[in-house]
Amino acid sequence: MLAYILKRILATIPVMLVVALTVFSLLFLAPGDPATMIAGDQASAADVERIRQSLGLDQPFLVQFGTWLWQLVHFDLGNSVFTGQPVTKLMAERVGPTVSVMLLTLLLSICTAIPLGVVAAWKSGSWIDRAIMSVSVVGFSVPLFVVGYILAWVFALKLQWLPPQGYTPLSEGVWPWLQRLILPAITLGFVYIVLIARITRASMLEVLQQDYVRTARAKGLGPRKVLFLHALKNGAVPVITVIGIGFAALIGGTVVTETVFTIPGMGRLTVDAILRRDYPVIQGLVLVFSFVYVLVNLAVDLIYSLVDPRIRY
Amino acid sequence: MQPEGSRLSAALTQMRRHPTIPTGATVLIVMVAIAICAPLLGTIDPTATSLARRLREPSAQFLFGTDMLGRDLYSRVLYGARISLLVGFSVAVFSSIGGLFLGLIAGFIKRIDVVVMRIMDGLMSIPSMLLAIALMALTKGSVLNVIVALTVVEIPRVTRLVRSTVLSLREQPYVEAAISAGASTPRIIIRHILPNSLSPLIVQATYICAAAMVTEAVLSFIGAGTPPITPSWGNIMAEGRTLWQLKFYIVLIPAAFLSATVLAVNILGDGLRDALDPRSIY
Amino acid sequence: MDRRRFMKAGAAAALAGISAPALSQQSRQKVLRFVPYTDLTIFDPMWSTVDITRDYGYMIYDTLFGLDASFQPQPQLAEGLLWGDDGRSCTITLRAGITFHDGVPIRARDCVASLKRWSQVAPMGATLFALTDELVAVDDRTLRFRLKRPFPILPAVLGQLSAPVPLIMPERVAQTDVKTQITDRTGSGPFKFKADEFQLGNLAVFEKFQGYRPTPNTARGLTAGPKMVHFERVEWRRIPDAATAAAALQTGDVDWIGGPTSETVELLAGFKDIDLPRLEDIPSMAMMRINALHAPFNNKKIRQALLPAIDQAEFCMSVAGTNPQNFATGSGFFPPGTALASDAGLEALKGPRSIEKARQLLKEAGYANERVRLLGAADSPASTTPLAQVAADMLGRLGLNLDIALLDNASVAQRRRSEEPVDKGGWSLSCWLFPGSWFVDPGTNIMLRGNGRNAWFGWPTIPKLEELRDAWLNASSVHDRKRIAQDMQVVAMDELPAIPLGAVYRQTALKKDLVDRVPTATVFWNIRRG
Repeated sequence: MLAYILKRILATIPVMLVVALTVFSLLFLAPGDPATMIAGDQASAADVERIRQSLGLDQPFLVQFGTWLWQLVHFDLGNSVFTGQPVTKLMAERVGPTVSVMLLTLLLSICTAIPLGVVAAWKSGSWIDRAIMSVSVVGFSVPLFVVGYILAWVFALKLQWLPPQGYTPLSEGVWPWLQRLILPAITLGFVYIVLIARITRASMLEVLQQDYVRTARAKGLGPRKVLFLHALKNGAVPVITVIGIGFAALIGGTVVTETVFTIPGMGRLTVDAILRRDYPVIQGLVLVFSFVYVLVNLAVDLIYSLVDPRIRY
Repeated sequence: MQPEGSRLSAALTQMRRHPTIPTGATVLIVMVAIAICAPLLGTIDPTATSLARRLREPSAQFLFGTDMLGRDLYSRVLYGARISLLVGFSVAVFSSIGGLFLGLIAGFIKRIDVVVMRIMDGLMSIPSMLLAIALMALTKGSVLNVIVALTVVEIPRVTRLVRSTVLSLREQPYVEAAISAGASTPRIIIRHILPNSLSPLIVQATYICAAAMVTEAVLSFIGAGTPPITPSWGNIMAEGRTLWQLKFYIVLIPAAFLSATVLAVNILGDGLRDALDPRSIY
Repeated sequence: MDRRRFMKAGAAAALAGISAPALSQQSRQKVLRFVPYTDLTIFDPMWSTVDITRDYGYMIYDTLFGLDASFQPQPQLAEGLLWGDDGRSCTITLRAGITFHDGVPIRARDCVASLKRWSQVAPMGATLFALTDELVAVDDRTLRFRLKRPFPILPAVLGQLSAPVPLIMPERVAQTDVKTQITDRTGSGPFKFKADEFQLGNLAVFEKFQGYRPTPNTARGLTAGPKMVHFERVEWRRIPDAATAAAALQTGDVDWIGGPTSETVELLAGFKDIDLPRLEDIPSMAMMRINALHAPFNNKKIRQALLPAIDQAEFCMSVAGTNPQNFATGSGFFPPGTALASDAGLEALKGPRSIEKARQLLKEAGYANERVRLLGAADSPASTTPLAQVAADMLGRLGLNLDIALLDNASVAQRRRSEEPVDKGGWSLSCWLFPGSWFVDPGTNIMLRGNGRNAWFGWPTIPKLEELRDAWLNASSVHDRKRIAQDMQVVAMDELPAIPLGAVYRQTALKKDLVDRVPTATVFWNIRRG
């Protein structure tokens, strides 16, 4: 098992190199130049050139990529072109908010979506099933920011139950932390709930057709027992897969959610960095994202073997 | 393997049993008709600004009101159908073709498989939204650029799907038999693999189409999408959002059009999946 | 009331109770929460000319001279100034008892070092130092310029609002090579920067500098007069989404939005506790910059052919909304309401507008359907994006062979540097909204330069403009300066390095209980809760 985990982690290195090279060359090709952004509208061409030189932005592609790789080998992600702060520090500031939103979203989504999916499958074809599935398709089709605005308008501006924006760290208390995360988590959960509910329903439908479930039913086991003990356990593999894949969608979704609700998280940092062409920050973030993605998928694979004893490594 | 005829009739039966296909198709056809006939539906130039008629409420003259630059929202929404549908369909088609091609290659040629799949893994591990934004920063914001960016983002997912279908089909007795009988690879692909990977691909394509239309809107929201002068539903929503509290219709009308279209595509995809998948039990 | 409803009501009450305004009454008095228009990313005011860095500079640094309400220089850190030797020597005395944030007194040599570093990056600084034989610290409180010839606007230059501003830093900081960004944030101004609380893209915190000594000079105005700080703490909280920023102001999460879009202003107008005054007394200047290097706009006649189509009201309203109090049409190259503004040469922008006439003129000028690229930002909803969209519509109706390139800010910043023709990635036209303070005089007015490749993007070569600018710098009387400025505007309206699109009074949005705000961009002295 341990050997398997190690092997998997080692296998991620080429993936991450691909990611690093892709992103680096993409950015290098992209127009836009941090030196000009720094200098501002009144600056002369000479000012811009001076800034470009002092930041090393006039170096050729391979030299810049090499420098960056060399730093990386020494566990140094470099510094922001703009503020000169270490990228690791910038990321450390942003991890808390993003992880908070994501965990809450995950919790909320799983707790809502799996029961919905199970019920829809159990009552397959009934009006409950149709209602759940229709609503879930609507959830798919509304852009997140519209959902966010509607929620903020209702709960923050009209009812005034929750604040419309901002983030308070957990260290300042559970409720101050939670109250600013509820609306973002619901917004972000919207798509995720849909995704999980749909796959749960589909997977359950398949399992419910299996012989052992029929047998269990025929033996007179109560529907709840059949559903949650037998069927759900056996139908869990695709659900877990989707939760894993959806994790990537979640990172993308945080970009929008963090913007709408002014949460100083990693998604927003990435967009800001891309729009500013703060190359080292983008590089670092993308590397971390891909590492996390790889780890999540590894975790998903390991959970398979726990859920389904037939899968062994 | 079943004969084609009985399969088709089975599919038709499924289709009759599943009203979602005609429903989705009808809504979609209406939207396409709106997009094509936009100039005939009483619209004016959707990019013509006139600040004097800025932010008018909906009225007989301006059915959906006007936006902050005095452009007619009715015209913008109708012309917006062109952009959103173009983006959705193009991304679905191009990423399916690209993914099919790469997936087939990866599924059949072991050596290339490793390389292709590592690249695809790498691309997939960059959150799609962030990759799209980075790609959009590459060249000037245009509809074509949005299509390219979203296609690149979707291709790895399609490739994976096709590859896994190919791998599982190769294990099937009839394919193994064909291989050992010495059938050429292209023949195996055309005869056995393609027909069987098509149905999951079509279903996937409808979801991609729906997702692309929503993502186009989100890119506009971030300011890295279709240029604001182009009327797309995403742009109208993104530009109108500041006034959302006062003039909710600027956001909600294009949102309704977008939702209806995405909904139609999605339920069409569901219906197709149910109809095309022989194992499907609902 | 049944159980379920009871629980619902209870939950609502609990939610409402706990989420009540996070700031207690006492801390509201001490803390000001402000939403800046963009991220603060550069901390060296000599590195960047972006507004946010200039505003940061005014927070933590002070200047020798400030400008009063009528743009006259008034001593700030300086106590007074003495001309000698027929205007060829200028002696500036510092006030007694002024210190840097670390408690060390501000000495003349700190000022000398600061001004020298500034002169390497500021165009007016370069002009001043070209005229200067020697700048020395005579003693701790006295510095002296020895000039080649009289330069009466010297104190005004030392008080200029346009970035880079001649801010006073400690000598050790000011000796940093101008190629290196400074990291020591010891300042001379009314606020200290809390580096430990800074979060890029989210939060910047300033703290009142207890040791700051406001000038006794009472001539109030823009950057002159005593800078009285009434808040212990000023927080710049970045809210990237305009709709969310408005919501935050409504609920009292923040007190002040610096640069709201016109739509935000429209929305907030409906709230009784929110005030929407002009951000600055000087309007911002909307300009259509023309690239003079390439066809068709290297032809003066074709540049002029655009004029009949320019409707300043349309451009202004796109940025400022339809309320005519918020913009001024018929404006030229100097901000309306400032000393040098005049009507000279502006006839072509007034009277009825006509697309037809412009089309006709284009044809007569020999426009041969050359490709024309409009370059603009797609992500600046408060300023250039609406201007670009109006321009795109207008240029399209003129029948130009138009390519519209609306990109993100970073791409625009790079693409505008391209001196290539359109088919090689260059550009023809672009719209800008500049701070009016840059345009108050020909010294810092970047649209009134004609020095070719050294001029601002667009690179017009107009020798007459350069001659007049030199004459202006040397002029000895207010009357002469006014006359020369008029001449410059006439030349500019003929040569058209840019087309003036009108002047816009940008608004700012703040809670009504905030009073005594200084009407200069966004500075945080004198403002207090009433």
